[in-house]
Amino acid sequence: MEMPAPRPERLAKKETLITRLREVLPEDAVIHHEAELRAYECDALSAYRCPPMAAVLPSSTQEVSHILRICHDLGIPVVPRGAGTSLAGGALPTADSVILGVARMNAVLDTDYDNRVIRVQSGRTNLSVTGAVEEDGFFYAPDPSSQLACAISGNIAMNSGGAHCLKYGVTTNNLLGVTMVEMDGTVVEIGGAHLDAAGYDLLGLICGSEGQLGVVTEATLRILPKPEGARPVLMAFDSNEVAGACVSDIIKAGVLPVAIEFMDRPCIRACEDFAKAGYPDCEALLIVEVEGSEAEIDEQLGLIKQIARNHDPLELREAKDADEAGRIWLGRKSAFGAMGQINDYMCLDGTIPVSSLPHVLKRISEMSKDYGLGVANVFHAGDGNMHPLILYNANTPGDLEKCEAFGADILKLCVEVGGCLTGEHGVGIEKRDLMWHQYEAADMEAQMAVKDVFDPAWLLNPAKVFPLDASETRRATAVAAE
Amino acid sequence: MRPTTEAELAQTIAAAQGPLRIRGGGTRDVGRPVAGDILETGGLSGITLYEPGALTMVAQAGTPLAEIKAALDAENQRLAFEPGDWRGLLGTDGRPTIGGVIAANVSGPRRIQVGAARDFMLGVRFVDGAGNIIKNGGRVMKNVTGYDLVKLLCGSWGTLGVLTEVSFKVLPNSGATGVLLCEGLGDADAVRALSKALGSPYEVTGAAHLQKGMDGAPVTMIRLEGSEASVAYRTDALRTLLADIGDFTIETEPEHTAAGWRYIRDVEPFHDRDGDVWRVSVKPGDAPGVVAQVKGAEAVYDWGGGLIWMLVPERQKAETIRSAVEGVGGHATLFRASEETRKSVPVFQPQPAALARIESDLRAKFDPRSILNAGLMG
Repeated sequence: MEMPAPRPERLAKKETLITRLREVLPEDAVIHHEAELRAYECDALSAYRCPPMAAVLPSSTQEVSHILRICHDLGIPVVPRGAGTSLAGGALPTADSVILGVARMNAVLDTDYDNRVIRVQSGRTNLSVTGAVEEDGFFYAPDPSSQLACAISGNIAMNSGGAHCLKYGVTTNNLLGVTMVEMDGTVVEIGGAHLDAAGYDLLGLICGSEGQLGVVTEATLRILPKPEGARPVLMAFDSNEVAGACVSDIIKAGVLPVAIEFMDRPCIRACEDFAKAGYPDCEALLIVEVEGSEAEIDEQLGLIKQIARNHDPLELREAKDADEAGRIWLGRKSAFGAMGQINDYMCLDGTIPVSSLPHVLKRISEMSKDYGLGVANVFHAGDGNMHPLILYNANTPGDLEKCEAFGADILKLCVEVGGCLTGEHGVGIEKRDLMWHQYEAADMEAQMAVKDVFDPAWLLNPAKVFPLDASETRRATAVAAE
Repeated sequence: MRPTTEAELAQTIAAAQGPLRIRGGGTRDVGRPVAGDILETGGLSGITLYEPGALTMVAQAGTPLAEIKAALDAENQRLAFEPGDWRGLLGTDGRPTIGGVIAANVSGPRRIQVGAARDFMLGVRFVDGAGNIIKNGGRVMKNVTGYDLVKLLCGSWGTLGVLTEVSFKVLPNSGATGVLLCEGLGDADAVRALSKALGSPYEVTGAAHLQKGMDGAPVTMIRLEGSEASVAYRTDALRTLLADIGDFTIETEPEHTAAGWRYIRDVEPFHDRDGDVWRVSVKPGDAPGVVAQVKGAEAVYDWGGGLIWMLVPERQKAETIRSAVEGVGGHATLFRASEETRKSVPVFQPQPAALARIESDLRAKFDPRSILNAGLMG
């Protein structure tokens, strides 16, 4: 993975830049000392690091507008940052860029239960949006694993999902409006508390654009009434294929669970060692959760268990109370932590058609032997969003490179079977160079033309999403225009 | 012009010398009247892929909606966003196509719970105004690979590109339906009841209010779907919850419930009646106030009040309606009116300058010669 070399003419402007930023921001909002900038050198894809030229922490839309205007005038790239939890390198800076962090903008601006919306500043964390409304019986549905830490701004940038999006959808399905600042400092309002925004679906376009079209400072989100109750059932199978077939049958039968999670043997074992959740010893585990009243849950789980029995499960375990439900989820929720304890790992995020699940799992296990690297699978099976964790040793020379090659092969396989490179983490820098496997030149050109409209000088997070060779001319032209 | 392959469609557009009017089934004549040669998509027809176990379908854009519904019916599945049939409302005939549904982002009463057409879209193939064939998205449920042009194209009324193939998510049919009905509520009370129902945990899949129901009296309707036992439990619970606002009765006869929601979905109250029809999107709580400001208006509220279909005397001043909407936030579309009126009044809500700039620049990128349904969204 390469990043464009920092441009000397930008580095030379550092002093001017800091002076001008200080004219519009309080002193503690402009960070420019080398030691302090270390905090912004990477996100959760920590294999890649580079301190930015400066970092700014605005407190209002107006301040964001001033910052962008200044950077725009000086031709300095800006890398927006929420909480820095991106697994794809979405917030990785270059040495000649400014990090714009929205963490200080975390207020709830308006809560409206009658119309089921909440307005927040974009630096607010995902879980604390739910936190603001749960006492009144509501919640915000998208629930990425990092929800304790990740910010709404980053959720919007990456169109984040989570375990429960099988029923509730991802960020784009729950976003009704934004205040966004364009690179030249223009503030735009898109959508609002009403369900459909006017004109083109610019909200849909901005959601998932990885901070390349504008900086979102406020968002109106849909909140939903909490279900009466929820209960998971755990199912153990002696092969991935059978578990995969069971998933497909559940979906076909017309019951729509809120979540169907899948774990394979290496993952089950690691979780068991780590969390002692009491999982059975088996090849594949499914956790299926349904919602409703007690009677409704009984009815749905009855049907689901019936389907599972047709596939001869090794075990069917239904939670009898909240404590047992918690234990069923315990292993799954600690999966990443468990894997992290035994190994360094890289977490992938490809999506495949659910019908290809058995084939893809088999190919991954074959590739694992070829590469000599272990892999554990834990993922959202209901929607085919896979999270293979490739295990490697960061201290063994060459292991990271081998791991990256293995990861690339898995993602290419996802595309081959009709899927895609990333289901919810985003392209960032991690999958940037694989984009040619998914898209032809005309497809890529159409997307880059959209960036031209919002950010003609290509200053917002410019080295992400598009392969560097694809965006080179545009980024070079931007420099010439300075 | 009626190309039968995507390549032929691309050639037709590349070779076009003047403006084109894009036409699927020709049933959704909405927007500013467009000049130009008619380019039909009906020649691109057929379901390309249908995997019921993966809840996915891929179809060519000109595929008749009826064909798609028949295929889904056979597997007990459906287009959950419940696209309406606008022939009766607009006085058009022809056969609605899936491409038309997507181009207009047509979403019915269930939108309130499951989302709009755009929320079900997984991928598109389209031809832009220069004749380039472009694909975006795919056929899997979760996809954040690159920008989401799928949503941009959905609801762009053929002004950015001509859809050739669409892939989308489908859902299982839901079994039983129960509808709570209450006659005689005023608009404000009705919307209050709908909000209360939508704020409950009972998973309301339809929330509408008619100022004049089938027998002329106001009627408020709330729909619940699921297994029989679950619907029975939830309709009861909801009835109790709403007792302080009105006395709701429960209807479960399948033919009646289906007819009732079709009545809302296709805006049947305004079929064969004189007057212009406006489609207004505001937040539900603001809806009764907006309607009250428009003299002589009759309203059908869907989406808990968030969508208002308004029948107004012909040539009711657009400014009256738009200023009422702008006062609270939202937008209004002159959905049905004579060609003459639609030429003289902006049909879609005029956007603030910064957004208008973005939209016009996007159009210039995707359709540099301005030949695809030019001016339709003006």
